[in-house]
This record gives sequence, C-alpha cells and structure tokens, in this order.
Amino acid sequence: MRPRYVPNRGINLDYLMWLFTRISGLGIILLSLIGLSSAMYMGARLQMDLPTVLRWTFFPNPNHVVNSNIPDVTIGWATAFWQIMQYLILFFAFTHAANGIRMIVEDYIGHTFWQPFVRALIALVWMGMVIIGIYVILGSAY
Amino acid sequence: MAYGKYTGFKGWLYKGSTPYYAFALHRLTAMGIILFVGMHVAASFSMQQVLGTWGTTINIIYESWWFQIMVVFCVIFHTLNGFRVAVLDIWPRLLKYEREAVYLLWAVFTPIYVFTVYLIVSKALTGG
Repeated sequence: MRPRYVPNRGINLDYLMWLFTRISGLGIILLSLIGLSSAMYMGARLQMDLPTVLRWTFFPNPNHVVNSNIPDVTIGWATAFWQIMQYLILFFAFTHAANGIRMIVEDYIGHTFWQPFVRALIALVWMGMVIIGIYVILGSAY
Repeated sequence: MAYGKYTGFKGWLYKGSTPYYAFALHRLTAMGIILFVGMHVAASFSMQQVLGTWGTTINIIYESWWFQIMVVFCVIFHTLNGFRVAVLDIWPRLLKYEREAVYLLWAVFTPIYVFTVYLIVSKALTGG
C-alpha cells in the first residue's frame, strides 16, 4: 500500500471534476428523462418501437433513429432544441466518462511517472469521441 | 472519491460492507457502460464510414440478449447508485443513513431489473 496523498483544499482540478461529476450525472438523468418522455410523446404519433425509444432517450439525434422504421424523421425530431440537447448530453456523458476512467486508472497507477501519459491518452480519446459526436450532430439533416 | 489513494488490486478483496460493494459495482458498471458505448460508436462508424464487416460483427454481439442483460444491469445500477451518491453529497446529513440508502437502492433496482430481464428473455425465447 502506498501512503495516502492528502490533496490541497480549495478550488483545483479534482474538486471541480468532483463537482462536475455530480452535476453532469444529475444532468444526464434529467436529459434522459426529457428524451424518454418526448420519445413516448412523439412515438404515439410515429409508431415508435423500443430500440428507437432508447436511442432517442440517450442521444436524441435524427440520424441515430433513422434506421428504426420511422416514417418521416424530420417531423418533430430535427429542431434546434434537440440539437442543443444532443450537444449537452454528448458533452456531459463523454466528459463524465473520461473523468471517471481517469479516476479509476489513477487509483491503480498512483502519482507515478506514467500519470501524465495516461492523462494525455484519456484526454485524446475524450477529444476524439467529442469530435465524432459533433460530426454526427452537424452531419444530421436539419 | 479516493483522491490520491493507492488501493491496488487487493482493494477489490477488501472486506467492506454494503456501501463498499455499491462503490465497487459503481466502478465496474461504469466500465461496462464505457465498453458498450465505445463498441456502439466504433460499430456505427465502421458500418457507415469504413463499410467493413467488423462493425456488423460488433453489432451482433451487443444486440444479443445476453449482452443486453449486462448492459441493462450496468445502466440501471449506475444511474440509481449515482443518483444516491449525488443526493447524499448534496445533503451530507443524510450520510447517517448511508446503509439504508443502499438498501433502498437495491429495493428500487431489483424490480426494475428483474422486469427488464424478464422482457428481454421472453422476447429472446419467442424470437420477437
């Protein structure tokens, strides 16, 4: 066992990420509930199946549900409101995940020589996923 | 949590109590969700951009009923336990009832999960 490293008090990266994890976690729950209830509401009109409901719940993107036997994706699906919702859940989810995996990995490697490399790798993967997400959002039909 | 603490792999064998297992499961389910979402993004990218067959292969794996049973466990548990952690952090006075909060978590989790698994399995058996 390594001796415990006591962090500095005050505002620093770890405190801010601790706070962000709580806020983004609650934010993802809220966004998912909005997506789920909206999918239910729109599905009443568009004959939606369960995979489509789940796709819309977690990433409300028109292209995300385009393979799901929806007659006309542009009705009620592709608006600026949903575009903002997509950006929010994309940023919240990937940042929450990247920070979480950083915490898990750093619990095992500790403050060693490898820490900056691991952080850089996770930041790179995070950036790649966010760029793919923005590409999907901007590439969808509006 | 666990800032700067080194627990190592022995940490998983620590004879903690109920909240500790919730903590360990929270980490495990987090990695499960990351695995699923990573596979989903990679498969979609492959099928739409690269047009190879490996995307379809990954798709068949994560759309199978046994994989979905695990994904559903990860998503529901991580959501409910994360909600519990956030609530206890916002109102630290409730930390006195942390153990009861974990019991409540399992009481809410179990019916939702059992019902979902029932739907998945019955659909898999009837081939729906």
